[in-house]
Amino acid sequence: MPVVPAKGYPQDVKDRLDADADAVIARYPVKRSALLPLLHLVQAEEGFVSGDGIKYCAEKAGLTTAEVSGVVTFYSMYKRQQVGDYHVGVCTNTLCAVLGGDEIFAALREHLGVGNDERTPESPEGRSLTLEHIECNAACDFAPMMTVNWEFFDNMTPAKAKQLVDDLLAGRPVVASRGPAPCSFRETERILAGFEDRREDAVHAGSVAPESVAGLLAAKRATEDNSIAQQRGEYA
Amino acid sequence: MTLKLAPVLSRAWDEQDSYTIDGYRRHDGYVALRKALTSMSQDAVIAEVKDSGLRGRGGGGFSTGMKWSFIPQGDGKPHYLVVNADESEPGTCKDIPTMLANPHELVEGIVIAAYAIRCNEAFIYVRGEVTHVVRRLLAAVREAYAAGFLGKDILGTGFDLELVVHVGAGAYICGEETALLDSLEGRRGQPRNRPPFPAVEGLYASPTCVNNVESIASVPSIIRNGKDWFRTFGSEKSAGFGFFSLSGHVTRPGQYEAGLGVTLRELLDLASGIRHGHRLKFWTPGGSSTPLFTEEHLDVPLDFENVAAAGSILGTRALQVFDETTCVVRAALRWTEFYAHESCGKCTPCREGTYWLVQAYKRLEAGQGDEAELEKLLDICDNINGRAFCALGDGAVAPIVSSIKYFRDEYLEHLRQGGCPFDPARTTVWAPALTGAL
Repeated sequence: MPVVPAKGYPQDVKDRLDADADAVIARYPVKRSALLPLLHLVQAEEGFVSGDGIKYCAEKAGLTTAEVSGVVTFYSMYKRQQVGDYHVGVCTNTLCAVLGGDEIFAALREHLGVGNDERTPESPEGRSLTLEHIECNAACDFAPMMTVNWEFFDNMTPAKAKQLVDDLLAGRPVVASRGPAPCSFRETERILAGFEDRREDAVHAGSVAPESVAGLLAAKRATEDNSIAQQRGEYA
Repeated sequence: MTLKLAPVLSRAWDEQDSYTIDGYRRHDGYVALRKALTSMSQDAVIAEVKDSGLRGRGGGGFSTGMKWSFIPQGDGKPHYLVVNADESEPGTCKDIPTMLANPHELVEGIVIAAYAIRCNEAFIYVRGEVTHVVRRLLAAVREAYAAGFLGKDILGTGFDLELVVHVGAGAYICGEETALLDSLEGRRGQPRNRPPFPAVEGLYASPTCVNNVESIASVPSIIRNGKDWFRTFGSEKSAGFGFFSLSGHVTRPGQYEAGLGVTLRELLDLASGIRHGHRLKFWTPGGSSTPLFTEEHLDVPLDFENVAAAGSILGTRALQVFDETTCVVRAALRWTEFYAHESCGKCTPCREGTYWLVQAYKRLEAGQGDEAELEKLLDICDNINGRAFCALGDGAVAPIVSSIKYFRDEYLEHLRQGGCPFDPARTTVWAPALTGAL
């Protein structure tokens, strides 16, 4: 079925978005460079990149809608269908898959009754999530790992994963392993457009993970052992 | 054992506020910036970094100082510095914790590097799938501006630098430096032909230096302590230290910052070995794009020369470790699916070849066909390797060719049994420990 050309955002939406969009464009010496963050921004507006969103970005960056569409379809984080309140990713690249990511993803598909890149119906609490298997997310020492709105959830199991999505759908508080409580998918996309989290404390959330300091602590232990040995005169 | 661990970038990661400007300044933060900008000429900074022997930590291993020296001077064009923070190579997980725990050392390195190459505008291109890293970077840049380390007339030296955090949108290929530049220009991230190299025509067709996060973050320590200090770590041709990221079937996975040349055996000692009751089967020295190693490579010094001599690539020191419960065909198939998904589509051998590799692999894993399937796989690899603009295709064939080299019989066993002889339930972290099963 032919797609009707997008009409574009209503004026009040444009008026609201313009301040952020102009701030994004002002960061770059060449306007077109603002396109990726602009697309994150329209995804923050609607929860996906719509035809209207593409039209808005094209107008802002001085491009055609075809040029913008070509970019949208290249990048896996831009979604052409509505994403739920939470985007839930399960790493199934080799290492995470082998350590349990495949089992976790299968368990969640069954538990939620959705396939890859599909959204659950709204829960009684009015929340939905989109499930996706993702590629390596640079947290291999925490395998198997998951993401919620691209926050890290480390060292997962099928049971923890099911509890996590149940909590998200029920609106119970959830906190990332190395970060704050995830905000909504749309609020997350605004951060990815290059704006600081509206929650001032969010940047400080997350404590030191044992995996990240494994080498540092081993080195400190070795230095201590060494100095004790020296005091005993073991190294003359 | 001589201690090869060298926690330099990670020296304060066990402190809760290591990512803040105050936390960083308690550990010599921004001392190097002052030293470089107020007491060293631009060329002296380049010479110091070049003579330190620092080589690119993003996988390429090219001399960082040399790369800087390629930026033409007095050409009247703007120069750009772009930090490649698009860490996406399977197994690689060092830059993300670095930016979470220590973003200011990266910012300091950026100011020093930009000063050296006479650049007034820099970008951090960070992958999009890491919200908290973006928060920490945005905050660090804000703090650095407020402290006068970024912006106009830094420390009253007349040097100006603007720094922009640019967030990607999910594309492994954007870790390739010319694809990254196209992406930063607001286009599909597809590699460019070279020459011209980015040093001559990079971002906006102007001279551009693209450096990895860890390379740039290593610069302040070199300026603070000097090139000779840096050379006390590592070896003659592979100077300095770097992160060795242990993951997989090891007792204590994590980040181990050590002098180049440490061996997997030494690292496993520190990490309390392979998980209990199991033994090492295969591992990647530098991410999935580097040919696999096995038990026989436990004592290969992990530096550029020795890893290459043993038939692989040091890459990003992403040590993904798999024990004997893991099917190498399953592992290589999954990586192959990754490369097929991430091939940007520009070059036919990579785009079509990775697609057909997946088809052939799936038949093999299911035990269908005969030994000729294996030859077909290798033939397709031969038609991809070296036949594309960038190294993605070369990376795609690395796990395939190396796994067939070391585990040919395991492939054949799939054909003999008409399916996979392994039980995937035994590979997970929650699988019951097989005590004494050696």
